[in-house]
Amino acid sequence: MHELSIVQSLIDAVLDRTGGRAVTGVNLRIGPLSGVLPDALRFCFDVASAGTTLAGARLRIDEPQGRGLCRTCGNDFALTDMFLLCPCGSADVEVVTGRELKLVSVEVA
Amino acid sequence: MCATCGCGEDATPRVYALDVPGAQAHGHSHEDGHGHTHDGHTHDGHEHTHDDHSHEHTPSDPHGDGHSHAPELISMEQNLLAKNDLLAERNRGWLAGRKVRALNMMSSPGAGKTTLLVRTLTELGDRLRAGVIEGDQETSLDADRIRAAGRPAVQINTGAGCHLDADMLRRGLDALDPPMDSTVFIENVGNLVCPALFDLGEAAKVVVVSVTEGDDKPQKYPHMFIAADLVIINKSDLLPYVDFDVDECLHRIRHLNAHAQFLVLSATTGDGLAAWFDWLDGRTSPTETRTGSLTGSLEESLTDAH
Repeated sequence: MHELSIVQSLIDAVLDRTGGRAVTGVNLRIGPLSGVLPDALRFCFDVASAGTTLAGARLRIDEPQGRGLCRTCGNDFALTDMFLLCPCGSADVEVVTGRELKLVSVEVA
Repeated sequence: MCATCGCGEDATPRVYALDVPGAQAHGHSHEDGHGHTHDGHTHDGHEHTHDDHSHEHTPSDPHGDGHSHAPELISMEQNLLAKNDLLAERNRGWLAGRKVRALNMMSSPGAGKTTLLVRTLTELGDRLRAGVIEGDQETSLDADRIRAAGRPAVQINTGAGCHLDADMLRRGLDALDPPMDSTVFIENVGNLVCPALFDLGEAAKVVVVSVTEGDDKPQKYPHMFIAADLVIINKSDLLPYVDFDVDECLHRIRHLNAHAQFLVLSATTGDGLAAWFDWLDGRTSPTETRTGSLTGSLEESLTDAH
């Protein structure tokens, strides 16, 4: 449950920026290769935000698709797991998207 | 919550320095009167995440004029782990200033991290000046084993936590106070999932997997093996009795991680330990791992294993 630590860190970062203002929305971007589960994050957010100015805030999580670029054949393909293997057989793959673990913006009242 | 004084300490990480008797029995060793202030280190204004103040900052209106604001979208664009990463970089700077090499040892519970460390410290003796920071949810059993080997050890009990983070390590380093030019082994909480995500400021990540766990561990816990600088396959003495294909395991790791080095050894019998000691002798920075002779160590490991 590292998601709980991450949510605590998220809440601290938001509180630092928003002061006492009520937070109505939090926008995140979490890639499928980031090692963090959006569902677990939502669960932890509800628990950890209770009693703070973030309580009840809408958590919107943008989940971009993972994309890899093969350095051998130049193929741009979808990455669904951590095994970076191009259909051409090359494992020399650059992860273009999918590792995002980002706090994008917050909405305050 | 603590049944003795109601301090709520059970939920927060606790750091026990050496020579604190009975640490595992909820030692109540905060010398500073429950203030949880950490006076060591040199970072002024360090951002502690004191769980006990529950972050009800309720600061006054930032504009001081009391009027209400229009709804607003505030751009943040920062990594969710930014705070931990910042603290980890501070640790890295602190360690570099003391020329202390920190190695983050990770594995599932029971893979043999403590046995490997005890054997390493015992066999290398004065050749390696080292201390250990032990992370476990509860008890000081592991730190006791290290101290029995005659080396300084600090126990961090994470309570409900499943990993060490950079702030816990900083507190551990304060308590351990490692001398210049020494090595600090950080024995992370036994867990192949969460510790992979938290940079501590270490020079290298060492992942230990034992042959009794199965050779499919890299596929099941890819993040841990992606993060590794060195993978140690431990308990090689049990290979004749278990269905573990060393080649297969190493190839699976290689698919995930093009940089990691491999060693196959038995901390119990001592087989293969020489290569681990060479690795400890030969490296001082993470860049060296990445540029080291990878194929050489792979072939060596494979040969050793058969």
